[in-house]
Amino acid sequence: MTGPTPGSPIADAATATAALEPIPPDAVPEAAGALPPEPGAAPRRREWLLTDAPASRAQAAWGRRYQAWLAFRRNPLAMAGLAVILVMLLLTLLAPLLATHDPGIQELGNRLAAPSAAHWLGTDELGRDVWSRLLYGGRITLGMVVAVVLLVAPLGLLVGCVAGYAGGIWDRLLMRVTDVFLAFPRLILALAFVAAMRPGVESAVIAIALTAWPPYARLARAETLTIRRTDYVAAARMTGASHPRIVLRHVMPMCMPSLVVRVTLDMSSIILTAAGLGFLGLGAQPPLPEWGTMIATARRFILEQWWVAVMPGIAIFAASLAFNLLGDGLRDVLDPKQR
Amino acid sequence: MAGAAPMIEIDSLDVRFGTNHAVRGVSFHVSPGETFGLVGESGSGKSTVLRAIAGLVTEWTGRMAVDGKPLTRRRGRAFFRTVQMVFQDPYGSLHPRQTVDRILSEPLAVHGVAGADARILRALEEVALPRAARFRYPHQLSGGQRQRVAIARALIADPRVLLLDEPTSALDVSVQAEVLNLLADLRAARGLTCILVSHNLAVVAHLCGRLAVMQGGKIVEELDEATLRAGQAKHPHTQDLIRLSHELEEA
Amino acid sequence: MSMPPLVPPLVEVKNLRVDFSSATGVTHAVRGVSFSLGKEKLGIVGESGSGKSVTGRALMRLLPASAKVRADALRFGETDILHASERQMRALRGGRIGLILQDPKYSLNPVMTAGAQIAEALRAHSRIGAKEAREATLNLLESVQIRDPRRVHDAYPHELSGGMGQRVMIAMMLASNPELLIADEPTSALDASVQAEILRLIEELVDSRGMALMLISHDLPLVSHFCDRVAVMYAGQVMEELPAADLHKATHGYTRGLLECIPSLTEKRPRLPTLARDPAWLAPRP
Repeated sequence: MTGPTPGSPIADAATATAALEPIPPDAVPEAAGALPPEPGAAPRRREWLLTDAPASRAQAAWGRRYQAWLAFRRNPLAMAGLAVILVMLLLTLLAPLLATHDPGIQELGNRLAAPSAAHWLGTDELGRDVWSRLLYGGRITLGMVVAVVLLVAPLGLLVGCVAGYAGGIWDRLLMRVTDVFLAFPRLILALAFVAAMRPGVESAVIAIALTAWPPYARLARAETLTIRRTDYVAAARMTGASHPRIVLRHVMPMCMPSLVVRVTLDMSSIILTAAGLGFLGLGAQPPLPEWGTMIATARRFILEQWWVAVMPGIAIFAASLAFNLLGDGLRDVLDPKQR
Repeated sequence: MAGAAPMIEIDSLDVRFGTNHAVRGVSFHVSPGETFGLVGESGSGKSTVLRAIAGLVTEWTGRMAVDGKPLTRRRGRAFFRTVQMVFQDPYGSLHPRQTVDRILSEPLAVHGVAGADARILRALEEVALPRAARFRYPHQLSGGQRQRVAIARALIADPRVLLLDEPTSALDVSVQAEVLNLLADLRAARGLTCILVSHNLAVVAHLCGRLAVMQGGKIVEELDEATLRAGQAKHPHTQDLIRLSHELEEA
Repeated sequence: MSMPPLVPPLVEVKNLRVDFSSATGVTHAVRGVSFSLGKEKLGIVGESGSGKSVTGRALMRLLPASAKVRADALRFGETDILHASERQMRALRGGRIGLILQDPKYSLNPVMTAGAQIAEALRAHSRIGAKEAREATLNLLESVQIRDPRRVHDAYPHELSGGMGQRVMIAMMLASNPELLIADEPTSALDASVQAEILRLIEELVDSRGMALMLISHDLPLVSHFCDRVAVMYAGQVMEELPAADLHKATHGYTRGLLECIPSLTEKRPRLPTLARDPAWLAPRP
């Protein structure tokens, strides 16, 4: 006995032990329709999704997604993270409706006002409404984070997996390039890059992405080195699959969980790097509200008018924490064995 | 036809991993439809020979041919259509993130075989797995069921040569019996040519007509099943293995 | 051995039940196992999932927190394992009970030399200096029939063969002079020739040191070779317990089935008989 194997998620309620027993060899009901049942029949749809013997690939795939969702739902922290992120996205998308003021309008007579009925979260050093700036700033900050992640994760994953899988000269070449990027101080490389281009949100995103991918490549390579020696990769080679196919379809999915965790841990540092660039005038340009830049400019008043810096700080904190919780939950769901 | 043209020809095969000379001048022939056994203790090089034939080990020299076609370092897709392999550990040889359906459709997708759906159902039936297993993950199956999936994957694109690397040593004896029977049935039904690598003489004697005993990367003796069962081996190492096997058999 | 002993047996297990609970339900790994063990060699045989290892681990309280262990009695000598403190258990584990696991590759620390690991085990149970420890370590290595104890003493686990690693593991377990040796599949990772050597070594050591042995394995013929008694487990229950010498007289369908489905070198059979599992075997036994 090698310890209890976790039961199959299929055996959700009644047949908890059945998953450990061999599947009964009796025939599978053929009539378990290939199409989803009528909408509105909620219990039947649930049954259709959770059936032990899906009749079609589509049904099996939807069943798997539903089970992943059920597993995810069992993790309250991950659900909290998801909820916070959804609320934030909703708020920023609805910013024009929810904002009480124009985020760019200055009201110099009302500088650094404390939170009040007129300005829910107070005003900043130029008399702009902090609440409205937070809402619009979320568009830029969260947009930058998402853009950086979308650039960085696939690039790092590809470089790492190719280097680890191909080995030899490719490994050495790709990893030395990675080392070069890793050796540069992050902010300085980003500075140089932005200085060469036009300062702005787009160049800040590219600059951050340029300095953020090497750790992902390192991570993916380390995972790939162990994965490529496994029998299932040898078996994939025995099917006659090409190397790109093996890397894309067999190796990369195995690297995803650790990558997802790493990405979510990096979210906050991406926001902070963006703030740093903004502070140096190389990121989001002044009238544009951006959470990091908002904190950076408010640092002079942190003791007297604390709300100016603290409000965007809370936003960054909440976003980072929510992303971390979500990432942890996602990692568990990505591994079918954990469910 | 039989005996005229061997299906598998191995001539003075050498494998070196750096300074480790793992296989030293191994030669043998396997006729079409025959099952040939490779026996030896760990480190004897028996699995390395199999992996060299399969194309998983590239550091080899010598001459190998399958179905009259000489093998090169790089194998084309046609080679993998002809030659397939079943690995020792059914826990490690199935991708943990892929369902049985995905595992079985992979070879079909690579070779562009039409009618995947019907083929997968037929393959499951052939290895006596219930249809309910189709959309399960490997960790939801028992060891024996996993090895059946591995066998189904190897056979789904209709190969003519099956390489078996200790296919039952990770299984319980009752499951081993089922898998050995299954392999014997499939071999007969499809006319497969097989090479079976095992440390277990009784398993090899059960499936193979002829076998070679390996020690330190060399074949020390080649003999047939009857000679083995009669205990008429000539080489002392083979005699040792036979004696041990007898000792553990009599309960 | 047939007379009821006057002194209590070394190990007493009565109606042991182990359940594992997980998000998807409860698994009954051991369902009412009873046996007692004196200074003898007991083999516990079963297929994967039969609960044989869980039984051994319950005896050392080495199960994960998700396991629920219940028993009418679970005793080692005078110690009540169900209610013993963690401190008492530490004195048992690696003290009065030694545990040998399947693969020395995983059970030895890869960054410590073999000698250092044995010395650590020695010094955990007796106050001796480094020099004496080295002396005792070399003696132990010699007692597990290692021809060149000095070389092995300074070797790292990866420099040792599987058989040699298992010998080091055994030497480590002997360091505390245990009364009971639990060997959980001690030779499944080894070649047949080494397998026999290691089991013979364990047998000799057990006999000469007056230890009791619990040999847990999937290999029925092998176990019957080296044990006095064999308990055959299936689905968390003991199907049959019999003297090893009478194994060929086994009456239970499961034991017979297990013996018959093994391919034989002497006898040629076109097809192997397969084990037909009788649902009646799953019924709770008295």
